[in-house]
Amino acid sequence: MSDNPSFVYIIYIASTAEKVFQALTDADMSERYWVGNRLQSDWKVGSPFALKLKRESNRVTGTVLEVDPPRRLTYTFHSQHDGLESEGPSRVTFEIEDQKDQVKLMITHDQFAPDSKVFEHISRGWPLVLSSLKSFLESGRVLRAPWYEEADAA
Amino acid sequence: MTDASKFKPQTIYVIHIASTPEKVWQALTDPAFTRQYFGGFAVDVEPREGGTFYLRYPDGRVHISGRVIEWSPPRRLVCTWLVEGMPGFDQLPECLVTYDIEPAGGAVKLTMTEAHSWDVPEDILAGGRQGWPAILSSLKTVLETGKPLETKMQPPKGFMEAVQRAIAEQPWKRSA
Repeated sequence: MSDNPSFVYIIYIASTAEKVFQALTDADMSERYWVGNRLQSDWKVGSPFALKLKRESNRVTGTVLEVDPPRRLTYTFHSQHDGLESEGPSRVTFEIEDQKDQVKLMITHDQFAPDSKVFEHISRGWPLVLSSLKSFLESGRVLRAPWYEEADAA
Repeated sequence: MTDASKFKPQTIYVIHIASTPEKVWQALTDPAFTRQYFGGFAVDVEPREGGTFYLRYPDGRVHISGRVIEWSPPRRLVCTWLVEGMPGFDQLPECLVTYDIEPAGGAVKLTMTEAHSWDVPEDILAGGRQGWPAILSSLKTVLETGKPLETKMQPPKGFMEAVQRAIAEQPWKRSA
């Protein structure tokens, strides 16, 4: 693995850009598809961002960098649990594009520390979280993984 | 016979599906399913190690041909892929496509791994990196809702040129 990996993941969702953007920013919706974790922010540039994890006292914090509904959302991502605090923040960017009957959602998670442990966590976490988001928007279902609740994958 | 150890994973795509391993396996190996989510292609696979593997156009012509390297329903399918349906593409070395199916939290984790035996240029890898998310997103939607997404099968910018360059220069003969 190179010193500064980046994680890119694309998923297509039968929905609209507005609904996908809403799901990525709405606290109550996040709690459903993000298996109990909850987004907290007023989504103004420069405002704090937090992902309150289901396990008490575990959080991811950050700062909102860019908000361009319903196309683009960027925040910094700093895990505050399991000894990951010392790594410093990485950066998450969502890009949303309408395509015919569906939406292309692309996440780029980058700016990791060298040999990042957070990178390993999120590489496992985002495919599950975004698969669950897709199911939630398409059919109202959400997905869980057995390791998720212990491991705080994102 | 293909030596799978010579192939290096270049593109990995993971998606979680509210389904069972058996149904995901069926969706990958049954032509009635692949026609819905795989750009209209019908899979035609002999269900055994060493068997033939095809993806066919609606008129029956072969788009992809290959061999089954591993047939382990409902957990793992490994096949070689050679693109036959586009002029010149069959001169590229075959690649290896692996589907791993695992139960995960009452749902299924599907992992697709595309592996190559040569140093494939980024512009060619971009084809799979763009195509797999669309195909497997649609597979998930078919299994969860019964209704596919419309998959766009347009090659990315620079892809055709990169393939033509590779066919002319045959870099795999140097790196072998």
